[in-house]
Amino acid sequence: MLVNQFLMLGAVLFCIGVYGVIVRKNAVMVLMSIELILNSVNINLLAFSLRNGSVDGHTFALYVIAVAAAEVGVGLAMVLLMYRNRRSIGLDELSEMKG
Amino acid sequence: MIAADLLVAQNIGFTIIAAIMVIGALRVVTTSNVVHAALWLVVVLAGAAAQYVLLAAEFVAITQVLVYIGAVMVLFLFGTMLTRARIGAETDLNNKNWFMGVPVAVLLFATLVIALNDGFGDQRLPSDSPVVSTQQLSDQIFGPYLLPFWALSFVLLAAVIGAIVLSRRD
Repeated sequence: MLVNQFLMLGAVLFCIGVYGVIVRKNAVMVLMSIELILNSVNINLLAFSLRNGSVDGHTFALYVIAVAAAEVGVGLAMVLLMYRNRRSIGLDELSEMKG
Repeated sequence: MIAADLLVAQNIGFTIIAAIMVIGALRVVTTSNVVHAALWLVVVLAGAAAQYVLLAAEFVAITQVLVYIGAVMVLFLFGTMLTRARIGAETDLNNKNWFMGVPVAVLLFATLVIALNDGFGDQRLPSDSPVVSTQQLSDQIFGPYLLPFWALSFVLLAAVIGAIVLSRRD
């Protein structure tokens, strides 16, 4: 198998994730798009790990999974807080910091 | 290309799983129903676990299924149910200038394709590499990568405490 076919799959998923982050207004959907991006990174890490014959990429992939779990936990807690305070989770309504 | 090292079965499996993953990812970012998006995300994550198996990474694939499909998806569904009065199709999930996302994604993808073709061309993955065992992986984590592992433990602890502090009402 080619190295490039896995890297291309990672690139496609990454671009779809970036599109989702830009397009979505709902905070939960933005978190889902970030999960797509993190998974594409994991595919790249494991493909390079197999190409170079080293185990380091696997370690990094496990760390990425753990950090993603922590990020989703804190992110959804923030979304809940936002919903409790303003009855909506639209990201475009968070504009108090606009000058 | 020599026909002997084409690995037909693996290539067919890769193509089918990759197609399913791309369709699922597109549905995640285009569907108008939050619960459907979460369920399509399950398809993408399961496909990623299958690709990890193809890449000789069993332990990471199992961890992916346990952590992502097991825990993270439950969190997403709970988040959806706790923040939404109704579950169904919605009309205002996208930004009002959402079309700006298309050129950004297409340009980014074109750049990545050019860079990857330049850099890796037709390099091949080794076809006879052994599956990475859990023992090798744990020797890595508890050996040279022990300090990042500790840091990660504190990140998880801080995330747990932070989530509790943020979401309790008083």
